[in-house]
Amino acid sequence: MKGMTLIVKTVTRLTVGLIMLYGLYITFHGHLTPGGGFAGGVILSLSFIHLILAFGKEFVIKKFSETITSVGESLAAVIFLSIAVSGFLAGYFFKNFYGQGVPFKLFSAGIILPCNLAIFLKVGLGLFSAFLCLVLFVSTNSKE
Amino acid sequence: MIPLFTVIPLGTAFIVALIGRFVKWLSDIFATLANLVLVVLSFFLLVKLQSTPNNVITYKVGGWIPPFGILLVVDYLSVMMLLTVNIVALCSTVFSISYMERYTDKWKYYSLFMLMLAGMNGVIITGDIFNMYVFLEIAAIASYALVSFGCESEELEASFKYLVLGSVASSLILLSIALVYSYISSLNFADIAKVLENLPKERTYIIKFVIMLMIVGFGLKAALVPFHSWLPDAHPSAPAPISAMLSGVLIKTLGIYALVRLLFNVFGIQQNMLKILVLLGILSMIVGVILALYQWDYKRLLAYHSISQVGYIILGIGLGTPLGILGGIFHLINHSLFKSLLFLTSGATEYTLSTRDLRLMGGLKQKMPYTTFCALVGSMSISGIPPFNGFWSKFIIILACIQINNIFAAIIAAVVSLLTLSSFTKVMKYGFYTEPQNNTAQIQIKEVPVYMVISMLILSVLCIIAGILVLPQIRTLFLDKVVFVLQKGTEYGNIVFSNL
Repeated sequence: MKGMTLIVKTVTRLTVGLIMLYGLYITFHGHLTPGGGFAGGVILSLSFIHLILAFGKEFVIKKFSETITSVGESLAAVIFLSIAVSGFLAGYFFKNFYGQGVPFKLFSAGIILPCNLAIFLKVGLGLFSAFLCLVLFVSTNSKE
Repeated sequence: MIPLFTVIPLGTAFIVALIGRFVKWLSDIFATLANLVLVVLSFFLLVKLQSTPNNVITYKVGGWIPPFGILLVVDYLSVMMLLTVNIVALCSTVFSISYMERYTDKWKYYSLFMLMLAGMNGVIITGDIFNMYVFLEIAAIASYALVSFGCESEELEASFKYLVLGSVASSLILLSIALVYSYISSLNFADIAKVLENLPKERTYIIKFVIMLMIVGFGLKAALVPFHSWLPDAHPSAPAPISAMLSGVLIKTLGIYALVRLLFNVFGIQQNMLKILVLLGILSMIVGVILALYQWDYKRLLAYHSISQVGYIILGIGLGTPLGILGGIFHLINHSLFKSLLFLTSGATEYTLSTRDLRLMGGLKQKMPYTTFCALVGSMSISGIPPFNGFWSKFIIILACIQINNIFAAIIAAVVSLLTLSSFTKVMKYGFYTEPQNNTAQIQIKEVPVYMVISMLILSVLCIIAGILVLPQIRTLFLDKVVFVLQKGTEYGNIVFSNL
């Protein structure tokens, strides 16, 4: 059986969801509290790395192959850029054109929340695919 | 429309990364089209600039008022750099269509290429010092990856060396930006210039330290001589179109343009700073050309000549007189054209012969007439043979040296030009005009594919006709205005704010 012991696996199974949730929390509150897309994305990628460490790389790569992470990362970048470009509709590149809402409410501050979400995906999947590359590199080397 | 200069390459990079792996042929078309649009936009901007007051166009990103928001500023210096960068990038992209077939994962290459281009365009159009740092890092990190694109051990080593020294440069630049921000509380170029003008002289001592950090940081990026050791490894290791981009425009955008913009327009140039620039320029010229003389590796030889020619540019600008700046700026344009042309010809010879050693080449004149012609044009331009563009810019720099009675620099410039000529005589003789060295290998040689020929021919024609930029009638339209931007110095701040 690949991966670490049953204890680690059980604990991981319980905590990974919470770690991801915490990443999402940090991202969604990016415009209200310290943190944001980058910090949230790092936490997201850490949860994936946590899975690799506990269950072994085959388990994770079956679900998140290199192609999926890389495509998702590019998609997030395109989304971020299109949010920025859609500001042109309101007159300026990167214009915060969307309704600003009430300050200190969760859904406020216009395009900052969508931007944070795009950064969350980009950073999370980007860091994870960098980690995957390191993992895969070792495996191709040891087969030779 | 100014943000389009970063939006288009960034968008292309991400879209190519997204769908390039599934639809292989799309990446070629996307990258070429994007570059074509950028060249057209640069020309459009040049035309538009003539009709605007003060010849400055500004753009408030997100509608925020400067100095709080990021301001994009385009003046004649920026437009000149935009034109140079995008024309060279277009030729490199067209060259890559055939050349990069040898590598796997072409779409990754295009994605990185467009990221690098986005970074360079961003450095040129921005009017904000931290924004400039961000774009500088985008371009630099993309170039680290591109240098190691072949994944051979030699390339990885060169890339690592480049990465380490590039990071040192970046951290010095970041430190200087932090100092400026803590001292002036502003990151906007124009605002810094205005604040510094009103400060009493004795309170600007920290700016001297900042300028020293910047000269070292940007000097590392521009590969001036005490800081040049990464360049001769990094530039030959990259694929040829990337070498053309790195040597042709990257060191100039990240190094020279950024340094000159900050020194002249933001902090205000002083006589002792100019002396340092002249000294660095002379050192780079001599050391670069002497190290190039005994090289047999075609691309390595070209890389050393890049150091030497960057020395000319810095010498010209460092003289500080209008004529000197004109020579430096003009040599910057010319060097971009002929050095990228020469790197592309080296890519063409490597494509057919699979070697970069000049001693193993030879006899290419009959087999590859177009490549030989282009290499000849490039060699004559870089050596300063009269009708070609390199002659005019070197001539102006030497005249400018004599004008301020710096006979020593003038003699050095002339001698280095002579040594460059001797070095390129070697290239032409061994590489193209002697009898074939190895007859069995020479039989299958034929001219490179048509896209590579087209891009080399475009650059050759530009090399031949770029000399007309110094004709008095044309000079007043373009080059004189570029020089004027630098001559105005810290007046830049007021001009930008009056044009909001």
